[in-house]
Amino acid sequence: MSDVTEAPTVRARAAGLVDDVRARLTGNLGSLPVVVGLIVIWVAFQMINPSFLSADNLVNLTLQCAATGTIAIGVVLVLLLGQIDLSVGSVSGLSAAILGVGLTQLGWPLVVSILAAAAAGAAVGLLYGVLFTRFGVPSFVITLAGLLGVLGLQLKVLGPNGSINLPADSPIVQFATSWFLPPWVAYALSALWAGGMFTAALLRRRRRLRAGLTTSPLGWQAAKAGGLLVLCALAVAYLATNRGVGVMFVFFIVLVIVMHVVLTRTRWGREVYAVGGSVEAARRAGIRVDRVYISVFVLCSTFAAVGGLLAAGRLMSVNLNSGAGDTNLVAIAAAVIGGTSLFGGRGSAWSALLGIAVIQSISNGLTLLNLDSSIRYMITGGVLLLAVIIDSLSRRARAAHGQA
Amino acid sequence: MSAETVVPLPVPGPPERTPVLSMRGISKSFGKVQALTDIHLDIYAGEVVAIVGDNGAGKSTLVKILAGVHPADDGGIEFEGQPVQIPDPTTSRALGIATVFQDLALCDNLDVVANLFLGREIAGVALDEEEMEREAWELLRQLSARIPSVRVPIAALSGGQRQTVAIARSLIGDPRVVILDEPTAALGVAQTAEVLNLIERLRERGHGVVLISHNMADVQAVADRIVVLRLGRNNGDFLASEVGYEDIIAAITGATEHARPLPEPSYPRPRRIGPLR
Ligand SMILES: Nc1ncnc2c1ncn2[C@@H]1O[C@H](COP(=O)(O)OP(=O)(O)OP(=O)(O)O)[C@@H](O)[C@H]1O
Ligand SMILES: [Mg+2]
Repeated sequence: MSDVTEAPTVRARAAGLVDDVRARLTGNLGSLPVVVGLIVIWVAFQMINPSFLSADNLVNLTLQCAATGTIAIGVVLVLLLGQIDLSVGSVSGLSAAILGVGLTQLGWPLVVSILAAAAAGAAVGLLYGVLFTRFGVPSFVITLAGLLGVLGLQLKVLGPNGSINLPADSPIVQFATSWFLPPWVAYALSALWAGGMFTAALLRRRRRLRAGLTTSPLGWQAAKAGGLLVLCALAVAYLATNRGVGVMFVFFIVLVIVMHVVLTRTRWGREVYAVGGSVEAARRAGIRVDRVYISVFVLCSTFAAVGGLLAAGRLMSVNLNSGAGDTNLVAIAAAVIGGTSLFGGRGSAWSALLGIAVIQSISNGLTLLNLDSSIRYMITGGVLLLAVIIDSLSRRARAAHGQA
Repeated sequence: MSAETVVPLPVPGPPERTPVLSMRGISKSFGKVQALTDIHLDIYAGEVVAIVGDNGAGKSTLVKILAGVHPADDGGIEFEGQPVQIPDPTTSRALGIATVFQDLALCDNLDVVANLFLGREIAGVALDEEEMEREAWELLRQLSARIPSVRVPIAALSGGQRQTVAIARSLIGDPRVVILDEPTAALGVAQTAEVLNLIERLRERGHGVVLISHNMADVQAVADRIVVLRLGRNNGDFLASEVGYEDIIAAITGATEHARPLPEPSYPRPRRIGPLR
């Protein structure tokens, strides 16, 4: 075995160092532009209005991100396949309606209401997946029809009165509005996250050494984990001067991390990227493409349903406007702004978090400035356009490089 | 050998070998178009067979029948002497026939390792990236492939490097026969040389190789045997070392309808190939 691995090790060691640089030069900018953009936005708003980065406002911001951010995770998945789901807003509204009616009118226990709402979302996604794979109708059209159909369903479920207030003592409302982690729990979770990341890196390093492959220096891994820990601890400490870290926000972060791991470390995740990159190649490699499509549509609608539940809990009410308005577009824009390509095959679960942070920061900052929503929409639209242009340009850069 | 062997072999030579893969009287039509008529083809281990012919001669159709993309209308296929059916690509693959299609079928967004193992990932609960990467290096090293890193996305590779990855991928699972449809058509001089080199390595490794090409220079550089198709029929089966450029061109264009007898093979063939007239 040693003779097998020696040559590659030497070669890879040299190449490995330039890999990252090369990847960025070939148009794979990753999340760098978004992070930079986010920092610019924060600094700008802070200069105009010093209360923007106040602990109070940042706590608000985290809570504002969670619901639509959760919907955006699902959107990331369909975008990775090069497809789209235009009905996530309607599905989130339907799910909220089911929760409201179940809880207040039918007297269902909370768990049953939540499961029913999530199941409804999954069923919608299953329908999309089957329509898409059986009849080959573009997902754009299927989900546009779904947008209307599901909206109708939402109105039907809500019935004539059209508006339901959730009981303020319901755990889902508490979860979304007033449950905050005690600081020590938040610190412990931060340590767990950073520690988990470092342990994973250590284990990977051991496996790579055993396989005779190149490894990045241990110090670098330690620095990354340490940096994460320090950042988290600072954030926790700052937010703790106000209400603290919202449980709903932690829930959202955990969903993002789980989805990231599933996408990058499992066979299913690999298949999602492959189908997004080239359906025909995936098919000829023996991947059951139809299953991948259906599973992703189901997951996307389910995430939309969960996001709808979080939104309902946070607003403490369900009505005709739940999931309507800009929910749909904000969720889709978040995924794209966060760096997931519209062309399929490129992106990560983290773009849901980054994208929603950008959009909500803008929206929150403009609201603090008492600017009305007309300007908010225009600016968000501009940012989305910018994100799509970056996406298209980097795609073109890749194409140009690929032909070289 | 038993007493049944009454017919003496014409040439006493190396021990008789069974072809890995044989097509016996294969015909295929698409509606009114008769793409292949009564085709015979034998592929031996450690031998490069080039299939040449004009546009529309039926080369790609022949490849697709072996790859399980189209079923044959008539005739039989034998794998290591056993009759087999190849109804779909998965069966072809499972038999040990690997096809590198002209369009390569790689995922541009995935890195080399991911592409090599696509659909055949080594995984427990999670993907075993380390084992896949190690095997990727080993495979590329055996092919003396010049790939800078196995962790770059395919999009960042040159045409020749992509071709190399596609060929390397076909070798995972250790197939008996590798079929390459026009592997050099889109490549420059240096990259073509690279791929031809690779084909020679496949032969050294003992694979049976089928090479489809329009480029006679490439064919004469690597092929051991040259099979000519014309209008969907066999029109010659030559030993590359004994045939000139003009003879092949003549067979391709139909100037010779097998005017030239088959050359004596270096080892006895199970049967003569092609409808000799
Ligand atoms: N799917 C198909 N449907 C109908 N006719 C087909 C199909 N595939 C091939 N043919 C016909 O079969 C004949 C042989 O085609 P084939 O693609 O095998 O030729 P070829 O030798 O590969 O040509 P080229 O050198 O141009 O690639 C042609 O007349 C073609 O029109
Ligand atoms: Mg062809």
